[in-house]
Amino acid sequence: MSETVTTLRVPRQDPAPLGIDLSTRLAGVYFPNPVFTASGCAAAGQELGQFFDVAKLGAMVTKSIMLEPRSGRATPRMAETPSGMLNSIGLQGPGIEVFLQRDLPWLAERGARTVVSIAGSSVEEYVKLAQRLRGKPGLTMLEVNISCPNVEDRGKVFACDARAASDVIDAVRRVSSVPVFAKLSPDVTDIVAIARSVVDAGASGLSMVNTLLGMAIDTKTMRPVLAGVTGGLSGPAIRPVAVRCVWQVHQAMPEVPILGMGGIRCGNDALEFLLAGASAVSVGTAVFGDPMAPMRIIDELRAALAERGITDLADVVGRAHRPPEPYVPEGPDPEVADQ
Amino acid sequence: MPPVQVKGEVVSNKMLGAYHHMTVAAPGIAEQVRPGNFVAVGIGGAESSMLLRRAFSIYTASDRGVYGGTVEFVFAVHGKGTEWLARQRAGDPLDVVGPLGRPFRLPKEPLTATLVGGGYGTAPLFSLAEALRGKGCRVDFVLGAATTDRLFGLLEAKRISSSVAVTTDDGSTGERGRVSDVLPSVIERTRSDIVYACGPMGMLRAVADIAAAHGMPSQVAVEESMACGIGVCMTCVLPVRGEDGVTRMARSCVEGPVFMGDALRWEALGTVPADCLGAPVEVH
Repeated sequence: MSETVTTLRVPRQDPAPLGIDLSTRLAGVYFPNPVFTASGCAAAGQELGQFFDVAKLGAMVTKSIMLEPRSGRATPRMAETPSGMLNSIGLQGPGIEVFLQRDLPWLAERGARTVVSIAGSSVEEYVKLAQRLRGKPGLTMLEVNISCPNVEDRGKVFACDARAASDVIDAVRRVSSVPVFAKLSPDVTDIVAIARSVVDAGASGLSMVNTLLGMAIDTKTMRPVLAGVTGGLSGPAIRPVAVRCVWQVHQAMPEVPILGMGGIRCGNDALEFLLAGASAVSVGTAVFGDPMAPMRIIDELRAALAERGITDLADVVGRAHRPPEPYVPEGPDPEVADQ
Repeated sequence: MPPVQVKGEVVSNKMLGAYHHMTVAAPGIAEQVRPGNFVAVGIGGAESSMLLRRAFSIYTASDRGVYGGTVEFVFAVHGKGTEWLARQRAGDPLDVVGPLGRPFRLPKEPLTATLVGGGYGTAPLFSLAEALRGKGCRVDFVLGAATTDRLFGLLEAKRISSSVAVTTDDGSTGERGRVSDVLPSVIERTRSDIVYACGPMGMLRAVADIAAAHGMPSQVAVEESMACGIGVCMTCVLPVRGEDGVTRMARSCVEGPVFMGDALRWEALGTVPADCLGAPVEVH
C-alpha cells in the first residue's frame, strides 16, 4: 500500500495548544506565554528546574543580583501572615561574578528566557551591573529593583522618590543591551507619578508591584517577629493593592508594557492582572507553597480564556478598562420574537 | 533523584504521647528516602490562607504495602498549621514535596555511633540506626525530653540498639536532667567514634560541643522554620563554615538539614557574623 494520505499532524506545542495563543510581547520582546517567576521567589532557576522545565516559563525572573556577595539579614527572616507572608531576606546573593559564571549560563543552556533583576545602593552600582550583563547569552530583559524594602537605609528606596528612580533608570538604559523594566513599590502616594518619571527616563516597561512594607509582633515574646523588624508583605493578601496599581498606571499610560505581580496564585488571578493592563505576570509567593504553581497557572489561564471563548491573550490585556458592553436582555432574540 | 511533588493521601494520624504520628501514601517520594531527609507538607488545601509549607523529618518510609509508597513523620501542634494537620484523617488528601535535604552521611567502616534525640527530634534517628547497623556499626541511643509523654520511640530504640540512656527534665523517666548530662559517659563507656543528633538547637549545640571535646565528629540535623523547603525562599539560613574556611549563610533546607557539628557557627546563630561572606560593613 502506498502512502497516499498524509495525516496533517499539528505538533503539540507547549504552551499554546488547543488553538489558544498565549504569547505576549513586552517592549517588542516575544514570550510564548505570559507567566514568569517573580524576583526573589525562584532563586536563579536551578531549584525549580527539579520540578519543571524552566524553558516552559514565559520567562525566568532571577533573584536580584548585586555587585558583591551579600549575606542578607539575620534570622528570623520570615513570618506567615493571613494569606501572605513577611520576608526580610536582605538581598542575600552570590554577587554578579558568580551569577555570570554559574547561574546565567545554566539558564541559557536550558533555553530559558531570563529577566535578570539587579539591585544596587547607588546609581553607579546599577550601571556596573548592567554593563557586566551586556550581551550575555540568555539575558532577555533587565528588571531594575529600585524598590526592595529590605535595605539598610530604608529612607533610600529609590522607587519612593521620582527623581532618584528616574536617575537610576536613565543611567541603566543607556548601557543596557536589552529592554529595561523598573520594578516599582506600591508604598507611594501616587504610583502614576513615579511610573511616569521612570518612563520619561527611558524605562521600556514597568514591573508592578514589589512587596508592601509590613510588620508582625509576637504576642508571646512581645517583640517583633522578624530580626529585621520590618519586612516585605507578599501573597494574595496584597493582590487588590497590586491590581489597583496596575489599573491606575495602565489607565494613565496604556502604551507602556506592564509585568504585573502581587499575590497571583491561580489562573484567574493572572487573568485579573491582564485585564487590569498587564501584558505578562510574575508568580512569586505561590511558588513557596506550590513549586509547580507557574506551570499550573499557565494551564489554568489557558482554560480560563477557553471558557470565555477568547483565543488570543492580547484580547484581554487592559480589557477591564473598556466601557461595559451595552445591556442585552436575556431571552429570545427580539427579532425572532417579533415574528 | 530530584524531589517530587505528589498529591498524597493520609493513611493514618495517631496520637503518640504528646505527638502526632502521621502516615501518608506518597508514591514517588517513599522510594527515594534516605535517613535525615524531610518532607514539606502543604497546609489547608488550595484555598488556604496559610501559604507556606511545613517541614517534617521523615521518621520512616516504606516503598511497599497496600497503599504503595508511604512516608511517616511525627509532629507536635505548635500553631494553626499543625493544628490543621492534626485534624486530618485517613483518606484526606495531603500535598507533599520530598524527599528534601541532605541526609546523614554514613561511615565507610563499621564504627560505634551514638545517636542523640530530643523530643520528636528522635524520629529520623531510627532509620539512621538501621542504616548504620546495615554497615556493621554499633549503635547506642541517648533520648531526652521535658516529660515522659514527650519521649519518642523509647521501645523502638531499645529494640534496635546496644544501649539506651534516657533523660527527662522532670525525672519522670530515666535520669533527671538533659541529654548533655549523660552523653559524655555514654561516649566514654561505648568508646563511640561519631555522634549523630536531631532535636532543638540548644541541645544540638551542647552535643556538638561534647563531641568536639572528645575529639569526635558529629552530624546534627537542625529544625529551622522554612517557607518552601526547596531552596528558593532563603529564610532558613544559618551561619555555616564551609570547607574553604569561609562562613556563609547556608540554607538548612538544601545545604542541610544535616550539618557537621563543627561547621555550624553556634555562637553566631540568629546573627550574621562579621566575618561571614558578604556581611554588612559596620559604619562607625
